[in-house]
Formats: sequence, C-alpha cells, structure tokens
Amino acid sequence: MDGFIHSTESFGAADGPGIRFVVFMQGCKMRCKFCHNPDTWDLSAGKRMSAEQLFHLAVRYRDFWGEKGGITISGGEPMLQSEFLCEFLKLTKHHNIHTAIDTSAQPFDPENKYILQMLDSCSLVLLDIKHIDSQKHIQLTGYDNKNILECARYLDKLKIPVYIRHVIIPGFENDQELIRLGKFIKSLSNVNKTELLPYHTMGRYKWEALGFQYPLKDIPSATQDDVEHAEKIISKLESL
Amino acid sequence: MTDKKQWEEFKGSIWKKEIDVRQFIQDNYTPYDGDETFLSGPTTATKRLWEMLQALQKEERAKGGVLDMDTDVVSTMTSHAPGYLSKSDEQIVGLQTDKPLKRAFMPFGGIKMACEACRSYGYEPSSVLEKIFTEYHTTHNQAVFDAYTPEMKLARHNKIITGLPDTYGRGRIVGDYRRVALYGIDCLIEQKKHDLARLEKGNLNDETIQLRQEVSQQIRALFDMKKMAQMYGYDISEPANNAKQAIQWLYFGYLAAIKTQNGAAMSVGRISAFIDIYINRDFKRKILTESEAQELIDHFVLKCRMVKFARIHSYNELFSGDPVWATLSVAGMSSDGRHMVTKTDFRFLHTLENMGPSPEPNLTVLYSHRLPQAFKKYAAKISVDTSSIQYENDGVMRPVWGDDYSICCCVSATKTGKEMQFFGARANLAKCLLYAINGGIDEKTKQQVAPRFERVTADILEYDDVLGKFEQMMDWLAGLYVNTLNLIHYMHDRYYYEAAQMALLDTDLQRTFATGIAGFSHVVDSLCAIKYARVKVIRDEDGIAVDYETEGDFPRYGNDDDRADDIARMILKTFINKISRHTTYRHSQPTTSILTITSNVVYGKATGNLPDGRRAGQPLSPGANPSYGAEKRGLAASLCSVAKLKYTYALDGISNTQTISPSALGNTDSERCENLISLLDAYFQRGAHHLNVNVFGIDKLIDAMEHPEKEEYANFTIRVSGYAVKFIDLTREQQLDVIARSAHEFI
Repeated sequence: MDGFIHSTESFGAADGPGIRFVVFMQGCKMRCKFCHNPDTWDLSAGKRMSAEQLFHLAVRYRDFWGEKGGITISGGEPMLQSEFLCEFLKLTKHHNIHTAIDTSAQPFDPENKYILQMLDSCSLVLLDIKHIDSQKHIQLTGYDNKNILECARYLDKLKIPVYIRHVIIPGFENDQELIRLGKFIKSLSNVNKTELLPYHTMGRYKWEALGFQYPLKDIPSATQDDVEHAEKIISKLESL
Repeated sequence: MTDKKQWEEFKGSIWKKEIDVRQFIQDNYTPYDGDETFLSGPTTATKRLWEMLQALQKEERAKGGVLDMDTDVVSTMTSHAPGYLSKSDEQIVGLQTDKPLKRAFMPFGGIKMACEACRSYGYEPSSVLEKIFTEYHTTHNQAVFDAYTPEMKLARHNKIITGLPDTYGRGRIVGDYRRVALYGIDCLIEQKKHDLARLEKGNLNDETIQLRQEVSQQIRALFDMKKMAQMYGYDISEPANNAKQAIQWLYFGYLAAIKTQNGAAMSVGRISAFIDIYINRDFKRKILTESEAQELIDHFVLKCRMVKFARIHSYNELFSGDPVWATLSVAGMSSDGRHMVTKTDFRFLHTLENMGPSPEPNLTVLYSHRLPQAFKKYAAKISVDTSSIQYENDGVMRPVWGDDYSICCCVSATKTGKEMQFFGARANLAKCLLYAINGGIDEKTKQQVAPRFERVTADILEYDDVLGKFEQMMDWLAGLYVNTLNLIHYMHDRYYYEAAQMALLDTDLQRTFATGIAGFSHVVDSLCAIKYARVKVIRDEDGIAVDYETEGDFPRYGNDDDRADDIARMILKTFINKISRHTTYRHSQPTTSILTITSNVVYGKATGNLPDGRRAGQPLSPGANPSYGAEKRGLAASLCSVAKLKYTYALDGISNTQTISPSALGNTDSERCENLISLLDAYFQRGAHHLNVNVFGIDKLIDAMEHPEKEEYANFTIRVSGYAVKFIDLTREQQLDVIARSAHEFI
C-alpha cells in the first residue's frame, strides 16, 4: 500500500539522537492550538509513495547518520498510517536502521494490531504529552489524554525506549500540573529523556496561509527561563 | 650542505643534503591522538597584548577603517624602523611598518591605487613619489593597461571577466617560510647561487634570461631579509636553535613577504607539525613549558591578526571586511597513512579560545575521516563556539598535491615550496549565458562585447538551442579570459615580482593557472528551467532579451536531484576543458574554481535577469552554493549536490558556505559537535572539497547589524565564501546578503 507523505527533511538534528532523515506523514485528528504544521492535518493530501520508495529516499543519506542517527517518522500523526508504516519499518529493521516514531498517540488503540506492531518494530518513540490534565488537554487539542497515557504505559510494559516531549506554553500550566506530569513520567521505567520544548510562533504564518485563525495569537514564545523553570519542577517534583 | 649544530637530535639525512622541509617533517613529527586537556590558557603578557590590539582595532574602526597610513615611504623589507605592540611583552616581533596597524605605501602594483587608497582615507600621498611612479617607473597596473586589447577592456568594463589582479597584487604565493628556520638564510643564498650558476649553460633563451634575472632578485631579497631581522636584533643567517627562534625566523620570512607585497591573499602555509618538532625538542631539553609554547603560538597568531594593507574602495567591494587571507592550514594525513595532527595543531585552534574569535589567520582544517576523534571533536567545538574555521578535504587534495600542500588563499591548494599560482579571479558564467541568448550583446549596457553571434530568436527558449549557443559563447570567453590572464601575469612577473616569496621556493617551479567561475548555480538552474519548464523571453524595443517568464516547476541544484546536478557537472567539465585548450603563460597548468569570495554581490549587480527567476542586480549565489531559496530538501541533500562536483575538474577549489542555527544542529553543545563530525565525515567521504561552517541564528546577525557597537559583536566572526570576516566590518549590502542567505538556510 502507499503512504501519504507531507514532506521529508534530509538533515534533522532535533527529533531523536544524531542526524536523522525526517519523514512528515500526512494526517492528524487533533487540533492543537500551538500546532506548527497545520498543513499536515489533512489525511488524504500530500504525496503518495510506496514504503520502498520512501525507504530509498531516506537511505541515500545513511552516511550522514553516524553511530546514533537514523530515520524519524513525524507528522502529522504517524499512527494514522500505521499499516503503511509497518511495511516501512520492516525495511528499516532489516537494514538495522535506528527508526524513531514521533507521535502524540491520540489514535492509540490497544486493539489495533497495526499500531501495536508499528510500536513494536521501531527503535524509539518520541511521545508528546500535550497536557497531563485531561480537561486542559481537551481545551488545547480537542481530545482527552486517556489513551495517550495508556500508550505510555503500554510502551513501558513492552520496554520500548521513549523520549517524553512536552511543549511549554507560557501561562498554560501551573506548577501543580507540572508536578503531576513529572510524577507520571517518573512512574515509567522506559523514559530515556524528557525534552521540554519552548512554544514558538513560527507556525503562525502557516495557519494564516491556510485561512485559519491562529488561536494563540496573544501568547508569546516561551523563553529559555520558562523552560528551565519547568525543567526544575519536573525533576524535583516540587514547586519552586 | 654541511651538518649544522642546530640540527642536533633531529632524525633523518635526506633533508640535510638538500632543501626538503617535507622530509624533515616526516622524519621527525609526533602524531598526537589525545584530547585538548593539555592546553594552557593565555599568559598575562598575551592578555595584555590582545587587549592593546583590540583597543587599536576599535580605534581603527572608529576612524573609518584605517588607523594610520604611510604616505612618503615606499615599503621595502628595510624601509621602516622596528615596530612593536609592546616590546617587553612580545615573544615574536616584527611589524609591517614602524607602528601597529599602520598601513604601508606600496606603489609597485599601481601608483594610482596606492594614491587613491591614501586619499580615500584622508591622507595625501607624497607628490614626489606620485611623480616618480607615474613618470619614471612603470607599475604593474600601468604595464597591464598598456598591453590590454580593446576587447579585453570592453569585457572587463562589462564585467563578464572581473575582479582581475590588474589593480592589486595577485598574491596566492606561499613562500616556504619554514626554510628560513630550518636552514638559515645563508644556506638558502648558497642554494640560489648554485641555481643561478646552473642557468649559465647552453642557449640563453627568453625563459632562461627571465629566470636568471628573477633568481638574482631572489638572492638580493634574501640578503634584505637578513638586514630586516638584524634591525630587530636577530641574526637569521644560521638555522633556528629552538622553538622560539624557529617561529621567529619563520615569521621573518612571512614578514618579508607582507612588507613587499600587498597580494590579495598572503597565506602563511602549513607550519604546525614543523613547529611542533621544535617545541618537542625544547620540551626534551627542558627549556620550554606548555604555557610558554602556547604563548609563542598565541603571539605568532597575534601577528597574523595585525596584517594590514592599504586598499581602494572597489577592492573592498570585491573582498569585503579587510581580509588578507593569512591562511594557516592544520591537520591532514601523511602519505604513509599516519595522521598529521600534532599538539601544535591543537595549539593553533586554541588561539581562538585564548584570544577569542578572529577572521585571521584564516584557520583551515585539512579534514579526513581518519583524523583522530579527539581532534575532530575539538575542531567541531571550536566551530560551534566561534564559526571561525573552515574545513577542506585532505582525501581529495592529497592525491593531487602530496602531503605537504598549503592552502594559498581561500580554499585552493599549492605544493609548499614547489609551486606558485597565477591567480585569475573569475569569469561570470551567468552573464555568459545571457550573452549566448543575446548574441554577445550585454544585457545591461547594450554594448556588443563578444563578437556578433547568432542570437536566440525563439520566444520560448529551447534547451539544445541555448546550450549550443552557450558552448560557443564559452569558447569565446575562455580564449579571451586566458589571454587576459597571460598578459596580467607576464606583467606581474616583470613589474611586481614577488622576490621575497620566490626566494623561499624552488627555482624550478610548477605553476598553476587559476581561473574561476561566478554565477554557477544560476547557470545550472536557468538551464534546468529551460529544459524542464517553459521559459518565455521578454525582449525590449531593440530586440534584446531582458527578462524571462517561467511557467511550471523545474529541478534546482541543491536538492540532490540528478536532473539538476548532472547539468552542474556538465557545466564545470565543459568550462575547464575549454580553458585547457589554450596556451597558458609559463607552461602553467590550467585549473578552475567555483569560488566567489564576497564578490558575488558586485557580480550580481552587473548581471541582468536570469531564466531561473533571479532578478537583475541581486547578488549571485556565492561560490558553489545553491541559489537562494533553492534548497528544499534540507542540508544533507544540499551538501550531496555540491559533493557531486568533481574536484579533479576544479582543482582550484569548490567553495561551499553553510549556516546552521544551533538548534538545528542539536539540542546540546556536545550533540552539536557530534552531529557536525557526522556531517563532515559524510560530506567529505562523498568527495566534496570545502565547507565553511557557521553556527548561529539569524537573530544574532540582525542584532549585530543594527547594533555593531555592542561589545559582544566586536569580534563576532563569520565564514563567508572563502574566508572569515568580522561581521560588523562587512558593507551593509553584504550584511544584508549574508542575512538573506542565512534566512533561507537551515533554521
């Protein structure tokens, strides 16, 4: 079967270890207010490609990946094309390529065999937790976070390595919520890294280009101080 | 040659019997695999000197770019009393004039330029000297213009060949300054006298007559070097006896060059392993400590940071930011498989930490994936912290130039001591493509510059038609270009001969003839547009094509797309083949480069609209870089496109400059260093030649442009095509160009 690919990037150093070829999959159901790739929302847009075609596009940059790098599947939401990605991951696994899935896990369903197989065959999951509080999660994305946290526990059970990623939006979560997030992360045994990413306004022009109203237009980009503050709380599990 | 007491403890014998510095290095150097933890910080003397120099640089900037100038002394090796920054603190001494940063008066290249340089900074040159060099003595510039043909003048005026070394010194000749230290001047004089005697036999043809005169000039220059050193209290007749002397002797050789020549590039060469041998011997003799060794290197580098020439305005437009290309190459591999990283290679990079970032000397790492990991990491760290170094692929250069080559300007290699280069600036191939479409008429001036060719008459450009005409136009251009350079270098040899540098090279020299290409990516993209999209010609009332409307998408160079990259390779090969068909001056080997320095801005100004969509007057893309905004598939894809250009077709160098924002290179400094190493390994393993690496965000550039007075930007150094420069010293136009480029890059 074919996948729907939004775009690819031959040199990514921010999504997983080392230098990586990044594939942006088409399609996402969440409507995160801070989304910087709203142009990937539509599931049927983008370029059609077979798993082999995508693999050949990526693997020609293998010499750039060094010892740690590889491929990252991002999006969009990769889980929406899990059947296609299972085919793709067979190829990367066969060639011993470190492959990460960058997901917000909203479509996670413990009954969906493709999703489970996809998670089983990747080398690393970059798991976005948008907000620890379900209500606030709904406010921010339109969906609750129940199956996202469930996915985190599933990955823990299977001992699949995970980076937890969380975007810091100025004024959107209090210290207590950060502590809850920290405690949740601490309850997992498979988290190799927690990355707090500063919210930035770089995606705004895309919303406007697509004719959407940008919902966070009064919120400034997060500063280095905002990120460091959150890092301290999450690691110490207490308010500062 | 007799054995010298200064050579005690040095191994080997070949280099003792004839001049062979490479063999001395191979017999004696110690590869170092460890990390940077052995390095020492700056001494108090170094700190004081660097502060003094920074204060002077600040004053220089405040005075409009020139601190002080000579107006009535013609610069020679011995024209000035000794000068110092602070005599008691300086381990290594010697200035171009009697005061730091004071620019010498150098009229031999051209009296008009020497006087113009003075006047544009508010100084009045001596009327006596102006008269002598105008009426009684022929300068290089005068001689060239006497001989130029009308066609050459027209091509130059229309800027299809431009930046030629007819108004400034050709430079790019690296004396083997190490010879002064290893052999002493007397031995070098003896050798040159021997060579001169060899040139008495048989028929004296014009080649031999010329060479005899040159060798005699070289011998005089060697005597002058001794006198110059004597003025500073040193006798350099005999070899250097220790590390301090070795560096001082070597520096005197370099000082002789920069006192007598204001060449566009005055490179230092490859000296690190050589100096390291002396430092190690001093360590064994327990007469030197690590801190003292670092101080010697720091003070030598400080001298390289002080080299200045009086330049005219149009020169600064070509090569912005007052560069001198005191290029200093480190690392590389030996032909026997050992790497050539020594502790002194670390010490040279460490100067960027001890005294902060600086554009000069133009530090160049001769890169191989086989260099020790610890050195790669340290170089990467220096890149991430200072954006001050460039990388060149030892793997492609060593097979051509051996394992003792130096980088002689921005990026091009030369066999140290055995070779010289005839620098030839560049031909504007983008304009040549427009001439092909317009039958040899310049799109801006409407002058018939090339002979009247059949022009393109179709409304929609047709690939085979345009390519055929382009090839013909390149034939014309190559012939004219080679003739022009032949003429320039003939005159340079006669009227502005580099006696001091040549005295430190072999008498029987190999010579390269270095042509160059500007506008490379635009030619490729324009041909792609013609081939893969529909390009409609818009003509003015005289029927001259002045603009193009392009419908449809087309592949562009810089995306690892073979449709575009194959055209890129074809253009390069075609051009060098056409150049090679012509007879070049003094049996030199023709080469070419894809390298523009900062001249991409002025070349762009003189070039009309192009079929790839680049608008008239906009800067051309620098060097071999893809065009602005063309790279759509990320940095790795872009690097792969450039790496496909064969070095063997462009032996003068293929320059690529990339700016990566810190966050796009990794989340932490150690990740950034690791990723940079992976990138360099992959890029160079693919056969690429050169990479300038800048690591900073666009915000910093904009802030530095708006607030150059901020202390943090005083030494903010960036790599541009072919050299490094203090960002705040660029013209505003060039700052905007750098920002525009960076904005399109990988953020």
